Amino acid sequence: MAEKKTKRRDFLFTATYAVGAVGVGAVVWPMIDQMNPDASVKALASTEVDVSSLNRGKTITVLWRGKPVFIRRRTQEEIAEAKSVKMEELKHPEKDEDRAKDPEWLVMLGVCTHLGCVPLDQKGDYNGWFCPCHGSHYDTSGRIRKGPAPTNMEIPEYKFVDANTIKIG
Amino acid sequence: MSEHEYIPKSKVGKWFNDRLPLLTLANHLTDYPTPKNLNYWWTFGGILTFCLITQIVTGLVLAMHYIAHADMAFESVEHIMRDVNYGWLIRYIHANGASMFFLAVYIHIFRSLFYGSYKSPREIIWIIGIIIYLLMMAAAFLGYVLPWGQMSFWGATVITNLFSAIPLVGEGIVTWLWGGYSVDNPTLTRFFTLHYLIPFLILGLVVLHIWALHVPGNNNPIGIDIKKPSKDTVPFHPYIVIKDGFALLMFMIVFAFFVFYTPNILGHADNYIEANPLVTPAHIVPEWYLLPFYAILRSVPDKLLGVIAMLSAIFILAALPWLDTSKIRSAVFRPLFRQFYWILVADVLILGYVGAMPAEGLYLLIARIATAYYFIHFLVILPVLGFKERTIPVPLSITEPILGGSPNLATAKNKDSLINQ
Repeated sequence: MAEKKTKRRDFLFTATYAVGAVGVGAVVWPMIDQMNPDASVKALASTEVDVSSLNRGKTITVLWRGKPVFIRRRTQEEIAEAKSVKMEELKHPEKDEDRAKDPEWLVMLGVCTHLGCVPLDQKGDYNGWFCPCHGSHYDTSGRIRKGPAPTNMEIPEYKFVDANTIKIG
Repeated sequence: MSEHEYIPKSKVGKWFNDRLPLLTLANHLTDYPTPKNLNYWWTFGGILTFCLITQIVTGLVLAMHYIAHADMAFESVEHIMRDVNYGWLIRYIHANGASMFFLAVYIHIFRSLFYGSYKSPREIIWIIGIIIYLLMMAAAFLGYVLPWGQMSFWGATVITNLFSAIPLVGEGIVTWLWGGYSVDNPTLTRFFTLHYLIPFLILGLVVLHIWALHVPGNNNPIGIDIKKPSKDTVPFHPYIVIKDGFALLMFMIVFAFFVFYTPNILGHADNYIEANPLVTPAHIVPEWYLLPFYAILRSVPDKLLGVIAMLSAIFILAALPWLDTSKIRSAVFRPLFRQFYWILVADVLILGYVGAMPAEGLYLLIARIATAYYFIHFLVILPVLGFKERTIPVPLSITEPILGGSPNLATAKNKDSLINQ
């Protein structure tokens, strides 16, 4: 009976809701996005580190984007141990060569991939790192071997700007 | 809302009440018919109101001296402790007040579990209560971050990282929560804002909680429907007011003991070390009231499943009115349920204990068994028990066992169906 009229109304309702939704979205998004990292936080994106005084078998921890980064100058035994692991044994299979381009230098985020604690150096069942919070064990390549962490410790973007300086980020 | 029409005695009162019926509301609250057999476990609602007000008042005062900035927060808390007049007292009341709040809320929740207060027609009261409990946990967590000690920082890191378990968007959500690439100043300022907001949300929900309570009225220790008002009820004032007041005084003695004699026993010494993003404390533990859930989180070896298990442990409570299939409310008349109830209490205490211990060896095994039992209790035992259990006959009214007879015809008619379960 009033089919035509109903259609006109339906169109108006739909159009109104659609415009309203866009309007609400346009107001809500700035309210949400203001919580994302701001320009001053993003500006601190890279750090340069002098590693000339770092001996073999030692680690230094530097702060990059508010997070610790481990720079470890690995011993031959550690490199051999990291390279000898079979891929099938790994929870998150990654070759040591892909993690440490120069096998002597392992640069990675010192953040446990479980819930973000800082793992302890030279601890755990695999002579690498051990997270005290929930018991994740990492090997000499920073790969997860045992415990709740789902993935290996992350390798940030970095490069040697000269023989003694690493630029992270 | 009003069972009977209330007319203020004074002319001014009547004039005002006709325009805004606040006096009608006050009369409803004072005359409100309450089951006369309510025991002391029922006094924790009032105690919790006291806790909320205490936290709001002390929090307001602390906010006058606290500085929400990563470089100054830790020092400003020490400034409160050492320089501000009575700052030590106010901060210790606020810090221990959180623990007292949770102590009271756990008793309040377990009271409901024992006497079946979550069952029809009180499901909405129960669910609002669960939401309040969730908000309390959020407020407690956010507040614990504010002193910017080691436990603050690493607790914030671990808890916000729970969101990274969400597939695809998890990392983005964590960065959004932090306002950076780690817990830092932007995180602190927003946590302070939200910590300030949540108590007022809780206050609003408490009003709804009490409103929803006043529709069916209080449950009672024998869990039967009662007629209101009747021989089974007493007016809220003065009977319940005095009883609640006495219980509150007893509670305040415990509260004062912690504040004045062992103000730091419920905290963690590491939180008196300023936050350091390079060093994680050797042993991270949340505050005691979150330990059972922390134990559940750690008992699951998979990150995402661990987070799901922990959240489910809380949300399962919201489904409780439908998981418990028994028509009898009070555990007094459910001999088997009563035993399972105490096993659950023990189970939660065990979870709390292993949550404070390192997650390895025997502790981990115990945590896993206790986690499994927690879910079995709600998902298997409660639904089955409602059909299998032989319950004890329920009295017709609160006065019946003493005086005989019942002022409550509805229960009398239902009695046969209840006995035949």
